[in-house]
Amino acid sequence: MALRCSRTCRQYLLHVAQDNIDFRLPEITSLLSIRGKSFDPENFKEMSPFWRLNGLSEDDIRTVMGRTVCAKSAFELWGHGKTMNELKSSLLKYPTENMLPFLGAESTYKINVYTFNKTLIFKDRLNKIDALDFLSFKGKVNLKDPDHVFCLLEDYGTDPNSIPEEPFHMYFGRWIADGKRELIRSHSVKKRHFIGNTSMDAGLSFIMANHARVKEHDLVCDPFVGTGSLLVACSHYGAYVCGTDIDYNTIHGIGKSSRKSQKWRGPDENIRANLRQYGNEKQYVDVLVSDASKPIWRRGSLFDAVITDPPYGIRESTRRTGSHKDIIRPPEDYYGESHVPVTLEYRLSDIFTDLLNFAAHHLVMGGRLVYWLPIYRPEYCEEMIPMNPCLSLLSNCEQVLSTHTSRRLITMEKTKEPEEEDALAQLTDPRYGPYEGLDSFRDKYFSGVTKRNKEEELRTPPDGRE
Amino acid sequence: MKLLTHNMLTSHVKGVTKGYPLLIKATEVKVNEVEFNPQFISRMIPKLEWSAFIQAAEGLGHLQNLPSTVVPEFENNEDFLRDVHKVLLEVEVIEGCLQCPESGREFPISRGVPNMLLNEDEA
Repeated sequence: MALRCSRTCRQYLLHVAQDNIDFRLPEITSLLSIRGKSFDPENFKEMSPFWRLNGLSEDDIRTVMGRTVCAKSAFELWGHGKTMNELKSSLLKYPTENMLPFLGAESTYKINVYTFNKTLIFKDRLNKIDALDFLSFKGKVNLKDPDHVFCLLEDYGTDPNSIPEEPFHMYFGRWIADGKRELIRSHSVKKRHFIGNTSMDAGLSFIMANHARVKEHDLVCDPFVGTGSLLVACSHYGAYVCGTDIDYNTIHGIGKSSRKSQKWRGPDENIRANLRQYGNEKQYVDVLVSDASKPIWRRGSLFDAVITDPPYGIRESTRRTGSHKDIIRPPEDYYGESHVPVTLEYRLSDIFTDLLNFAAHHLVMGGRLVYWLPIYRPEYCEEMIPMNPCLSLLSNCEQVLSTHTSRRLITMEKTKEPEEEDALAQLTDPRYGPYEGLDSFRDKYFSGVTKRNKEEELRTPPDGRE
Repeated sequence: MKLLTHNMLTSHVKGVTKGYPLLIKATEVKVNEVEFNPQFISRMIPKLEWSAFIQAAEGLGHLQNLPSTVVPEFENNEDFLRDVHKVLLEVEVIEGCLQCPESGREFPISRGVPNMLLNEDEA
């Protein structure tokens, strides 16, 4: 028997999208933490499209839905159950005072039926709505512009090859808000003014900015900025943005276009124009031509978030400035303004050690570092995730790229200011040492190893080691 | 390059111990209007190296009415915040260079973008 339920113990239902599955929980958790709330689910199954959350207010839910690209809609849950009878008795137990404000005779409403992993015919939908007539809806039905929207959600599992006759679970609630899935289309790189070969997908860019908890009035830096896709997402959430890249042509928006239909980049193809395209030029600070391995920023906690997609050497080369030992010093007059510094290959393990150090030194306390780590899947182990004494790992989500490669979105939070002994610890403690296994990522990606393993995989189960 | 960026940049020429602040040698400066956001400016003020900021503003002839020290309770002082906003985000160096105060090495600024790359023997 349910006790009188106060406002605080209302339960909310999140309907989350079934793509980028790994990224959903850290996104929702990060967004809740902006409100100082924790993720407190009931009967939680991460793979399910329906999550029930406790301990939240309607305002918390609205804040989350105002940013999320992983959740589709949110509902105030009035009842749920495995069968229609269970749902009915659950709904009858729901406090009437919570329902009455939305059932009044002067208001209009509609009821939607949403089925996951099954399509119902119109007649079945109507029958389901009629079966809810024990709820005392006094208002008028208005399908076009109702005051209140209610929804019956039915979960037929996640296996499209075995869809049950009856749902595994059903939920009924009052619709509160939809998420911001439309950003994926409105910010698509297809319609972006300035893009490059490795421009980040719009959905993932917003997910990264959410994992990084980028907020209004923040200052965010991307040390491998490229064409600025991540800065576009961060500026959408109200942050001021800056970035650096070693590639002069990309920063200045000159050279060959990445679009099939266009040979050369136009006169105003740059990051600033990208922000302008979405009305956020006011938050553009600067982009610089610089080598991420060099300390160009003065000491201090300058940035609220560092968010980046470092080059892996597949579609963009990994390089830094420096001299090859065997290079013979060129004649003096070679150093003109037009001199292009010699670049070296920048080892992947060094890229990540430098990136973590950069974040440890320049993030504010509690600020977040979010970046992608390329992984050769047959060799992946947790120890490959680079660590730093000043940063704590918050989440690690995989996006599979091919049978043998993936990239992992790593989110870390600065929990300590760097001290001198940290530099020492990084040299002596194997946990902080660079993981050399990362360095051969490119070789493995391109070498016959991938092909050979593929043949092996056909013979052995996918998780089988050689 | 905006003065907010300048305030955060330092020289990284090999062997240099006092590479901050970089000296601005501008041949073209522009003032682009930017929407005023008092909260952001208030958040940035404690992060700034104020004397370097004043020095840079003065060098470009855009000191406005900025005082040599931060005014107390600046969060509620809209005139002050507007002055800081203007110098911090609206004044932009389009052409010129940034010079390392110790080594004299110049980092060119072209079309508003500083190039901080060093040659292989300087890094």
